[in-house]
Amino acid sequence: MERVNAEGMNYVQLNALVRSCNQSEIRIVNCIGQRYIGTGLSDKKITIDGTPGNALGAYLNGAEIHVNGNVQEATGDTMNDGTIVIAGSAGDATGYAMRGGKIFVEGDVGYRCGIHIKAYRENKPAIVIGGRTGSFLGEYQAGGTILVLGLHTDGKPIVGNFCGTGMHGGEIFLRCSEIPPRLPAQVRAEKLSALPKEAASLVREWCALFGKDERMLLSSSYVRLTPNSDNPYKQMYIAN
Amino acid sequence: MMKEGQFRNPSGCAVVGVIDRSGSKMTGEGMIEAITVMHDRSNGLGGGFAGYGIYPHYSEFYAFHLFYDSKQAQTETEAFICRHFEIVYSSEIQTRKVPTVTDEPLIFRYFLAPLPQKLSRSHLDEREYVARCVNRINAQIDGAYVFSSGKNMGIFKGVGYPEDIGRFYRLEEYEGYAWTCHGRYPTNTPGWWGGSHPFGLLDFSVVHNGEISSYDANRRYIEMFGYKCTLHTDTEVITYIIDFLVRRKGLTLEEASHVIAASFWSTIEGKPEPAKTQETLLRRMFPSLLVTGPFSIILGYTGGLMALGDRLKLRSTVCAEKGDLAYISSEESAIRRIQPDLDRVYSPAGGEPVIYELYQKGGDV
Repeated sequence: MERVNAEGMNYVQLNALVRSCNQSEIRIVNCIGQRYIGTGLSDKKITIDGTPGNALGAYLNGAEIHVNGNVQEATGDTMNDGTIVIAGSAGDATGYAMRGGKIFVEGDVGYRCGIHIKAYRENKPAIVIGGRTGSFLGEYQAGGTILVLGLHTDGKPIVGNFCGTGMHGGEIFLRCSEIPPRLPAQVRAEKLSALPKEAASLVREWCALFGKDERMLLSSSYVRLTPNSDNPYKQMYIAN
Repeated sequence: MMKEGQFRNPSGCAVVGVIDRSGSKMTGEGMIEAITVMHDRSNGLGGGFAGYGIYPHYSEFYAFHLFYDSKQAQTETEAFICRHFEIVYSSEIQTRKVPTVTDEPLIFRYFLAPLPQKLSRSHLDEREYVARCVNRINAQIDGAYVFSSGKNMGIFKGVGYPEDIGRFYRLEEYEGYAWTCHGRYPTNTPGWWGGSHPFGLLDFSVVHNGEISSYDANRRYIEMFGYKCTLHTDTEVITYIIDFLVRRKGLTLEEASHVIAASFWSTIEGKPEPAKTQETLLRRMFPSLLVTGPFSIILGYTGGLMALGDRLKLRSTVCAEKGDLAYISSEESAIRRIQPDLDRVYSPAGGEPVIYELYQKGGDV
């Protein structure tokens, strides 16, 4: 495994090192705000100690990134494939416009997590969040899965305002017993007695990554949000 | 050279602030180090700092920092100052030659006390008197600009990367209990020394990341109350809005936040009482002071710092605490650079003010 000390290193230099490295595993230590780490990478495994900068793993194409700490904005922006694991919390726009791959966050995420994510054939993006999310979770979601486990302890709601606004595909699962108030009209919410198979396996994967007990999470009640297919835009221009 | 207001060029920006709530003092070096991490959020067209508690020996006097384009502007301004204030002490602000900081104007500092007779004849409250004098210098004297005018605080700013501006002003020689810092990426105006952040009026200072879309609506309203928006930048108007709401209207900072970053009506509707009634009232009282578009600001004032972001959270803000120290930043990495081990890190919601004050001022322990 290649070890890179990022102390005082500019992001251009760091990313060139990561790209040109001939080892398949890289550990970046003392990471402090360097942007674009792992952008577009398809085949390496990167472990990061510290606080990476914005757009970590943007356009990721199959590589694996593990962060021991929090991450900032736009993690996994437009990622295509691969896995990002955050042992901490993530900032705004996490998984923005993802087209494939998985993001696992141990703690909370900021605003606009998973907006515009979409699925196509075998490409099904998934974001699993251990804590809570800010507003606009899954705004304009077109496909894929967002799962929020609500293990946060600060007493705040599991999702912020405007969750799923403009949603027209995919699924959002929230681990809570009541349907959150004031969901937008484009969203259909239903209480589930058990998680569907694919979602349950995401929970298992999350638990394995962060060493958490899956029994409690799998036996909890969940709310599923899906697009309301009853022509939600029927009154947008004319009464039809 | 064209200045703010004469030119438009098509932001990043970085903000960071720190306060020691016990009142212990630190130099400006921590801020320089923190902002260096966010170097790529600015483009070298502006950087600045505000320090609170830095002039303990002159804490009773208004500390004016001025830029002059020419000796003539200085002569004219000093004549104006002498007609309105007693100059307790004045000198050129000591700077250091930094190769990347060029074309600096003349930079002077004055510690001032309003002339008692003049003040009483004006029938104005002292702070209003000082604020009007600042406005008059900035609007009427060509080539002179007051960029700092509070008591026991000072703004230091210029054109360059913030870390270079910090070294230029020798901030390692100043000690304050709170600091804010800004790295600029100008979006609508060219970089000019006076147009850099922080913007200040009396002891309020504002650093801002973003670009507000309500600028003209806000400006038209605030200019009715005697403010002159000379720089055409959104940060200036935010500074005046805060001064108007807090100093002149007597609102608390939380109340002012519900005006500036008011929640959507649908969100207010879902709030419990008394928040619902209060926020409805504030939105109805000052609809023209709602600031829309992306912004995240740090307000500095005597004894405290406040972070506030737009209600959609279109710009990032992170807050953190370590013992008596509290931090606000655009990026967590900037805080981690100067304080790797933190007790608490969190992101406030859009429109949710975060206030850190000195314990002696009533800040939470």
